[in-house]
Amino acid sequence: MARPGDLDRALIERDITAFLERQRTKQLLRFITCGSVDDGKSTLIGRLLHDSRQIFEDQLASLAADSRSVGTQGDRIDFALLVDGLAAEREQGITIDVAYRFFATDRRKFIIADTPGHEQYTRNMVTGASTADLAVLLVDARKGVLQQTRRHSYLAHLVGIRHLVLAVNKMDLVTYDKAVFDKIVDDYARFADTLGIEGVVAIPVSGLEGANITAHDRTNMPWYEGPTLHEYLERVPVASAVYQDKPFRMPVQWVNRPDQHFRGFAGQVAAGRIAPGERVRLLPSGRTSRVERIVTMDGDLEAAVAGQSVTLTLADEVDCARGDVIAAADDPPASADQFEATIVWMDEEPLLPGRAYWLKLASQTVSATIQPPKHRVDVNTLAQLAAKTLDLNDIGVAQLTTDRDITFEPYADPDGASANRTLGGFILIDKLTNATVGAGMLHFALRRAQNIHPQALDISPGTRARALGQRPAILWFTGLSGAGKSTIANLVEKKLVARGRHTFLLDGDNIRHGLNKDLGFTDADRIENIRRIGEVAKLMTEAGLIVLTAFISPFRAERQMVRDMCAEGDFIEIFVDTPLRIAEERDEKGLYAKARAGKIKNFTGIDSPYEAPLKPDLRIDTTKLDAEAAAEAVVAALLERLEG
Amino acid sequence: MSQTALTHLERLEAESIHILRETVAETERPVMLYSIGKDSAVMLHLARKAFYPGSLPFPLLHVDTTWKFSDMYRMRERIAEQAGIELLVHRNPEAAERGINPFDHGALHTDLWKTEGLKQALDLHCFDAAFGGARRDEEKSRAKERIFSFRSASHRWDPRRQRPELWNLYNVRHAKGETMRVFPLSNWTELDIWQYILAEGIEIVPLYLAAERPVVERDGMLLMVDDDRFRLAEGEVPQLRSVRFRTLGCYPLSGAVESQADTIEKVVQEMLLTATSERQGRLIDRDAGAGSMEKKKQEGYF
Repeated sequence: MARPGDLDRALIERDITAFLERQRTKQLLRFITCGSVDDGKSTLIGRLLHDSRQIFEDQLASLAADSRSVGTQGDRIDFALLVDGLAAEREQGITIDVAYRFFATDRRKFIIADTPGHEQYTRNMVTGASTADLAVLLVDARKGVLQQTRRHSYLAHLVGIRHLVLAVNKMDLVTYDKAVFDKIVDDYARFADTLGIEGVVAIPVSGLEGANITAHDRTNMPWYEGPTLHEYLERVPVASAVYQDKPFRMPVQWVNRPDQHFRGFAGQVAAGRIAPGERVRLLPSGRTSRVERIVTMDGDLEAAVAGQSVTLTLADEVDCARGDVIAAADDPPASADQFEATIVWMDEEPLLPGRAYWLKLASQTVSATIQPPKHRVDVNTLAQLAAKTLDLNDIGVAQLTTDRDITFEPYADPDGASANRTLGGFILIDKLTNATVGAGMLHFALRRAQNIHPQALDISPGTRARALGQRPAILWFTGLSGAGKSTIANLVEKKLVARGRHTFLLDGDNIRHGLNKDLGFTDADRIENIRRIGEVAKLMTEAGLIVLTAFISPFRAERQMVRDMCAEGDFIEIFVDTPLRIAEERDEKGLYAKARAGKIKNFTGIDSPYEAPLKPDLRIDTTKLDAEAAAEAVVAALLERLEG
Repeated sequence: MSQTALTHLERLEAESIHILRETVAETERPVMLYSIGKDSAVMLHLARKAFYPGSLPFPLLHVDTTWKFSDMYRMRERIAEQAGIELLVHRNPEAAERGINPFDHGALHTDLWKTEGLKQALDLHCFDAAFGGARRDEEKSRAKERIFSFRSASHRWDPRRQRPELWNLYNVRHAKGETMRVFPLSNWTELDIWQYILAEGIEIVPLYLAAERPVVERDGMLLMVDDDRFRLAEGEVPQLRSVRFRTLGCYPLSGAVESQADTIEKVVQEMLLTATSERQGRLIDRDAGAGSMEKKKQEGYF
């Protein structure tokens, strides 16, 4: 059977310069392969690599040896062994990730994202598909369209892949029967219609025999007249070209200021085309300017198109920083701070609605909180199910709020031809572990925030603070139940008032019974509890007060959230450090006894965690200081901070 | 409007530049690991493009073993003299003191000079991100390596803590002491590297091209007698043969291939026709059988 590499090979021998010249004009296509090992996926990929001569002799020798010792194909070469992974996974027999593999034909270079087929599937497949132009869905000819085929199709469609290849594999095991193939194609077409998937090409193949992979198998499948897998992969339009027809967008990655005379805005063009002299709008400021030069080390360009990394200079001195977006002046993207989005959860720890996560979209990083999901999607049945949170590998739709406007576009383009991956896709990052915990695709902005304009106030917080003759602050007491937070906070307030300070103490009694009486003690409710207390405390500091709060506030993330809301230095975290054993001994309200008896659920320290501050502004060791001495220490520390 | 899709090299170049800029924008003290090889040469060239007309906003770091080819040291000096380049060289003082060398110490040589040396240098300068020239096509265990590879404060690579990488969005956040290894060439293949070197006229160490060089044959490998520290076994006499190197490291550990290819075009021609994969000439991968590269990576080797 002729290999596509054979033409290349002849040219390489005859005229290497001509060969290299032709290589230079090759295009790149990225695709993902979906299916499980049982579908013959590894064999198919191994075959693609092998038949395009991407396997070198020494690898082939070790492959032959491995095939005999651990392969499943008797004396024949087991191509699946080429698609090998990490030692940990070989030992445990699991595949945990996305592997990227490379091969080339006469016309294109390909990058395959190869994802495994089991539990971690959603996370891995969404990751692999996020950079792919095309998906190859493998179907075992003996089994037909299965639930997993639907799942793969849904996920590929979700991340905006618009070219699908239905590779009906193992045709050799159904005697190359046209009727079998036709039925599978019919079944799939009916399902694809329901999802709105277009552009499906079905190809009957045998990875094992190499049939219709790189060359037609005229002997066994004379009835098939479509392209081979290779032919199709070489021919399908590359998505990156489509982006050039969209309005110009370039997120600013980095401002290049080597000296006072040069100020360039470096970034990768996400969409469209730009030339010197064209008008652009900077977002979020909305200011306009003209592109002066497109600077590269190879000389200035006459135009730049989607996909290129360039440096732009502008005709005017305008403010522009990392995170801004430079866009076509007459067709700019919108900015907003409330959205609906599809979210894919990727972490072992479930999504906590209300908790603040970092959201990164293009070069913008903001703080974002997510509402309880409207629903989650069962990726097998595509049914919409009620959900309070999202667990690892769950996909759901939820509203989210960012702490400032971000410049964005809906991920799914209305024309259906391509997705706005750069300005519509985002990742979520846990603020404490820094792990990437989720990914999302923006649907649209919610109008609410746009109609509530911040009221311009004539009297500023500074004016009010000066009128009271003090610098406001939040004294945030945190610690276990019974640690002594309220007792100490009460004493501190008395001492401050005695010194003529204006204060307010927020504690369980005036909050839990009023503002927050709708909240319980689940993790999500505890987060919302602290968020509201933080907002109230912040309003009171803006009124000029010194606010004292006495709440367990068990999670670091929420204490950090309140700190982030406040002006630098206004939030003073006081850790009332009492060991659990001692707090439990005191047990003045009898709560620990009830919790131990199982009468109170989610009790901090018993069956709900307390995350002690790592770097509190002040730590009170109640085993060493009594309440009076502790209060003195707090007052001293506060006065030093505010007046020192 | 007419559409001209970018070529694969243009897309790879743009992606690498994006990665380089993202790292500089989001980390405190990045550094580029400069190994003097052809991949380093390409990475350095891309970095110049990324920050042009400015100079590089980070230093280069060569983790030296004192056993590189003399041609490599000459190349390093030429690079160090160029405008806008700050080149740091680190040699593990412990390895120097103990006289660690590739003849007596086997795997310990790589471990102390390279793995430990790299950790020392990163700690010494408090670098939080280090660019490396590794590619996913080099070796099977690298096929799953992230572009931004996360390392603990003790430089360990934990496969379970690697972050998913979606679109071209990279999560560069890390706690104090933790570091990232960043691989801007992840999606390049060996052929891409050669094509790019040709297209851009990038200078590489002459050892990549065939020339008459003094070699001895040992355990099926051709080793170059690059200086008088090379220990000849009994009966071994260096012979002049036309050889070139596919990868460069410590000269007593780098196998040469016999070749007449004295231009880059001919090297590519030979590479495509003879078909032996790139790392095959390197002794380091054979130390511990299958999975040895992964083990090295966990320990902190690049």
